[in-house]
Amino acid sequence: MAEDLLRMEGIVKIYSNGVVANNGVDFSVKAGEIHALVGENGAGKTTLMKILFGIEEATSGNLLLNGLRETIKSPIDAIQKGLGMVHQHFMLIESMTVAENIVLGMEPETGLLLNQKKILSDARNIIEKYNFPINPQDRIRDLPTGTRQKVEILKALFRNARILILDEPTSVLTPQETTELFEQLKTLKNLGHTIIFISHKLNEIKEICDRITIMRNAATVGVYEVAKISQQEISSLMVGKDIDLNLNKTPARPGETALRVRDLVVTDINKRRLLESVSFRLRRGEILGIVGVEGNGQRELVESITGLRKPEGGKVELWGKDLTSLSIKGIRRLGLAHIPQDRMSKGAALTSSIKENLISVAYDSPELSRGPLLNLKKIDRWCRDLIRDYQIKASSPEVPVKMLSGGNIQKVVVAREFSGDLGCIIADQPTRGIDVGAASFIHHKLLALRDSGAAILLISADLSEVMELSDSLLVMFGGRLAAYFESLSSVTEEELGLYMLGLKRQSDEEIKRCSA
Amino acid sequence: MKDPGQNKISLENRFEALRFFCAIGIAILLSFVIIILVSREPFTALRNLFLGPLSSMRRFGNVVELAITLTFSGLAVAVMFSANQFNMGAEGSFYAAGAVAAMTALGLPLPPVIHPLFAILLGGLTGAVICAIPALLKAKWGASELVSSLMLNYVFFYFTRYFCNTVFKDPDSGYVSTYLLPLTAKLPRIIGGTRIHLGLFIVIAVTLLTVIFIKRTRWGYALIQTGRSPGFAGYSGINTSWVLIYSQLLGGFIAGVGGSVEVLGMYDRFQWQNLPGYGFDGVIVAILARNRPAWVPVAAFLLSYIRIGADRMSTATDVTSEMIAIIQGIIIMLVAAQAFMSRQRQKMLIKEIRSHG
Repeated sequence: MAEDLLRMEGIVKIYSNGVVANNGVDFSVKAGEIHALVGENGAGKTTLMKILFGIEEATSGNLLLNGLRETIKSPIDAIQKGLGMVHQHFMLIESMTVAENIVLGMEPETGLLLNQKKILSDARNIIEKYNFPINPQDRIRDLPTGTRQKVEILKALFRNARILILDEPTSVLTPQETTELFEQLKTLKNLGHTIIFISHKLNEIKEICDRITIMRNAATVGVYEVAKISQQEISSLMVGKDIDLNLNKTPARPGETALRVRDLVVTDINKRRLLESVSFRLRRGEILGIVGVEGNGQRELVESITGLRKPEGGKVELWGKDLTSLSIKGIRRLGLAHIPQDRMSKGAALTSSIKENLISVAYDSPELSRGPLLNLKKIDRWCRDLIRDYQIKASSPEVPVKMLSGGNIQKVVVAREFSGDLGCIIADQPTRGIDVGAASFIHHKLLALRDSGAAILLISADLSEVMELSDSLLVMFGGRLAAYFESLSSVTEEELGLYMLGLKRQSDEEIKRCSA
Repeated sequence: MKDPGQNKISLENRFEALRFFCAIGIAILLSFVIIILVSREPFTALRNLFLGPLSSMRRFGNVVELAITLTFSGLAVAVMFSANQFNMGAEGSFYAAGAVAAMTALGLPLPPVIHPLFAILLGGLTGAVICAIPALLKAKWGASELVSSLMLNYVFFYFTRYFCNTVFKDPDSGYVSTYLLPLTAKLPRIIGGTRIHLGLFIVIAVTLLTVIFIKRTRWGYALIQTGRSPGFAGYSGINTSWVLIYSQLLGGFIAGVGGSVEVLGMYDRFQWQNLPGYGFDGVIVAILARNRPAWVPVAAFLLSYIRIGADRMSTATDVTSEMIAIIQGIIIMLVAAQAFMSRQRQKMLIKEIRSHG
């Protein structure tokens, strides 16, 4: 096909840890289209894009740009060939201005000095050309996430990118920011740019994409016109089987109070308040959701409850006992489980085996040890049971966790955390970046635990997840509670967005209901 | 068995072994080249280097004697490094413990059997204290254990040497040393024609206990997890500060036992006037063994063998024993360098994956 602007054929990538991330992937994009790339996590999308952008080298396979065979050796090479990538985690220098970030690496110079005037005018030109509402003299650290993302896009455009790769661009945005981004993407498309749009959110793909490539198990499943395929079809092609996305949630029957947070205050080194007297209570048999744009105190809240951080003020009580003076072991002994946001450095030890990861909380319990010795027989049986019950895909409990897919690593974390006597669960981004199958498995588990009387605090950036699972909901903004919804029946995502952005705030009386 | 996970693991082990022997092979090859370049009698030199240790019972005994010492210090360093602590205190521990064992032997008249046991125990405790101090400083104030342990080595070296060279000094010995160590305290020799002493059994026992500690006990589990990922260990409820301290206590204790056994097994008097270097040799052994206690004796034997070979070579020919420092350097560099042979590894991997589908 001569009309393909970009074509990747038979791409194979085997990582040094033995993971086959791409196994003969075909992928092609036509000029001027918005092309969606979907697949479960671990399906190989990110690897494919890394190969395209010169970050990883393919083990074998061809790449054609404008019908000509090319090799892309490095990101610099990729940029010169007209590719631009907007990463999920922004690559911006926070202390510099928008203009400086846009021209970074190709700054206009006069002699040895930077030409500040030219930097500013260059940045202005590109901002005006694409009509982005940004002030080039703002510093990145003062800008909200949505604007930072626009700076990233401008950075790529300034380097004359014809093909833009956006890696899950909406995962960090509020609904309002998403709408704005889509407007701009449409403008870019009309200006002749080609966009590769990686996403998990099928409704967004239906909204703005022209064609879609679906990947599964390191290979391409098919390419479709977006208009001619339904969301249900896309998701079953991604997963390879029909999964039960319906949670069959019954109404909650809240019992006694399990966890009570009182006037919690956390400050950073500069005495800036990260949490400003946060109070709420969590009862048995309910799921309390917390939403907010990242960096509005959720992390500090979770760390204070789970013992990873000593708050500067206030109390956290579980069954009436103050947790702030206890060690993490002491807190866990009271029946608190914690699914941490950071799976790679906290939730799991990547170089350790599945077995070693599964026993890290209970290894010194009477069930798994005998005096100073580990009871290897019992540990082995215990791990095999968990691997079976949680459907962790691995050939043996001795396999290092780093060889598993993201979803399976998360299942290891969840299996460990749910294996003790549970009273209270802090689930921080429990399904972020994992495949639909594993996410749905974890959702069902959470609901089952709720129904058996566990108190669950769910923190997630995925609004639809929180809205589906939670019985009641808190919104955080600027380290404070901005809203409390006792039931979710009347709340819309758009309304939540207003509270998350700080444009709206409930009265103190309304918010106080959550600690009554 | 067609089990992809198992294949990856065994592939990993096979590759590690291959890499280890390639590193040694390359180092030996380079030493061939260097020796041929610098020596007028290269073949005699090479024969002495590689076969010298086997040329007599006494010389092979030397290899075993040195391997005992290197196994102790290698185990000590491997335990400390496993907790991800770059503690160099094994050197100071080794010296100070040797001095304390000698002073116990001289100053405390005890019956046989109990005498050496008590001296070794005190030596071990000395070593434990020395290695635990950098860990305490780290846990409390975040001080770099590398710097503080290196500095403390000198503090304890001069401190213990002072007592040996004053209170316990034998004015009639003809050189700077303590009085003759009493026979009740010494570790008897066990193999005729060599100086191999009872320490051989002690080192076997200590190696077995260390393997069991690391692999089978709760504390060993906590130590390894803390070393691999402190964030994960802390989040799981493991008291990582305590792990930090007991791992260094244990490592120091092993180094201390090693120093005491060395002095009581090999010497008639305590006469070290400088740091003996065995603690730093422990770092080499631990790196070669990749911190795995079960491999430490193998690595220690290997290092000991080429050291004794180099000694033979330098006495018998015109090649100096410093040669061996070059060979050692090359082996360690190649074993420690993660990227060495990574292409071969990738090729083996791809072949493995393709052949198993």
